[in-house]
Amino acid sequence: MDIQLGLAGKDFVILLADNQITNSILTIKHDEDKIYKLSEHVVMSVSGEPGDSSNFSEYILGNTVLYNIRNQHELSVDSCAKFTRKELANALRSRSPYQVNYLIGGYNTISQKPALYRIDYLASIAKVEFAAHGYASYFCYSIFDRMKKPDLTQDEALDILAACVNELTRRLVINHSSYTLKLVDSNGVRVINGEELLKRTSAK
Amino acid sequence: MSYNGTAIVAMTGKNCVAIAADKRLGQQFLTVDMDFQKIFPITKKTYVGLPGLATDVQTLYKSNMYRLNEQRDIEPKAFAHMVSSTLYEKRFGPYYIEPIVAGLDKNNNPYICGMDLLGCMDVAHDFIVAGSADENLKGMCENLWEADLEPEDLFETISQALLNAVDRDALSGWGGVVHIITPNEVITRHLKARMD
Repeated sequence: MDIQLGLAGKDFVILLADNQITNSILTIKHDEDKIYKLSEHVVMSVSGEPGDSSNFSEYILGNTVLYNIRNQHELSVDSCAKFTRKELANALRSRSPYQVNYLIGGYNTISQKPALYRIDYLASIAKVEFAAHGYASYFCYSIFDRMKKPDLTQDEALDILAACVNELTRRLVINHSSYTLKLVDSNGVRVINGEELLKRTSAK
Repeated sequence: MSYNGTAIVAMTGKNCVAIAADKRLGQQFLTVDMDFQKIFPITKKTYVGLPGLATDVQTLYKSNMYRLNEQRDIEPKAFAHMVSSTLYEKRFGPYYIEPIVAGLDKNNNPYICGMDLLGCMDVAHDFIVAGSADENLKGMCENLWEADLEPEDLFETISQALLNAVDRDALSGWGGVVHIITPNEVITRHLKARMD
């Protein structure tokens, strides 16, 4: 029941993820941050099998950070996404595949463009303008299709995510009380207060 | 084979071949991407279409690129055999792909070849179809294809075959791409299609 959304705008990418960790019918945690910061301009949100998602994500995080230190150069969002896909694809054909889904978003400081990649547990990768995983995808893709437009501003993007959260609150059986939002642009990663998004939602 | 949805078709003409694919990437009935690449250039005169499971499309394309480190162009027939062996290497844990190779050989004779997921080759003189819309495509091709079509006529034939086949398949469509390979150039055109 993880919720994972992503949106690429004119010069930024926003990722949204819920903060819940669940085990069967129990909610274990209400304040988990499921969006990893891989480097100054790349973030990655994760959902899937609990053990796999933290183990594999930390492996990806560790290796990208190591690359950055070794080479004194930041791995671009495109490279991060392709590296993650390759590792996931290799694991898929091994004895222990990882059941994890990723959204990798960031700002490429060389091409000066934002990028959002959607990688599922089978390791198929797609570069997209908007993305969702899990049950949220059945609710949110139609909202994205209706509200998307070229050269989206940050304010418009938050409106779209607010509309998504509103719909999920109304119609999804599981209610999520809080969300983490991370925005990446040329200035780096910024955390957006989830409460603010919920205020937008209630204002509608 | 029908998890992500695909339609790929190749046809021969007079000293030319055509290969066309749809653009959808889905997860069963959810459409994720409407601009997904399924046909890849190998040389100036050889293209490969990879219908099937999307993750294997991307893995198989990369592993074949790795083997093409020779400093010369490969013939379509040799390339098809190479893809076939790559697939059979994974006999007991296969890639879920049914590749189509299309190209012109060194004498500019058309060569098209289909394969099953284990690499069993099927060389045809007329057309090859594969993907979740394969039956629809086969019907369209059976009716529209004729021998010795010129490049422009071949383009019209393959485009109509593709568009009408995917319109009756829920898992493929959302736009198309056609490559016409001629001795002098490759003409690539993108097709608009129904988006529902």
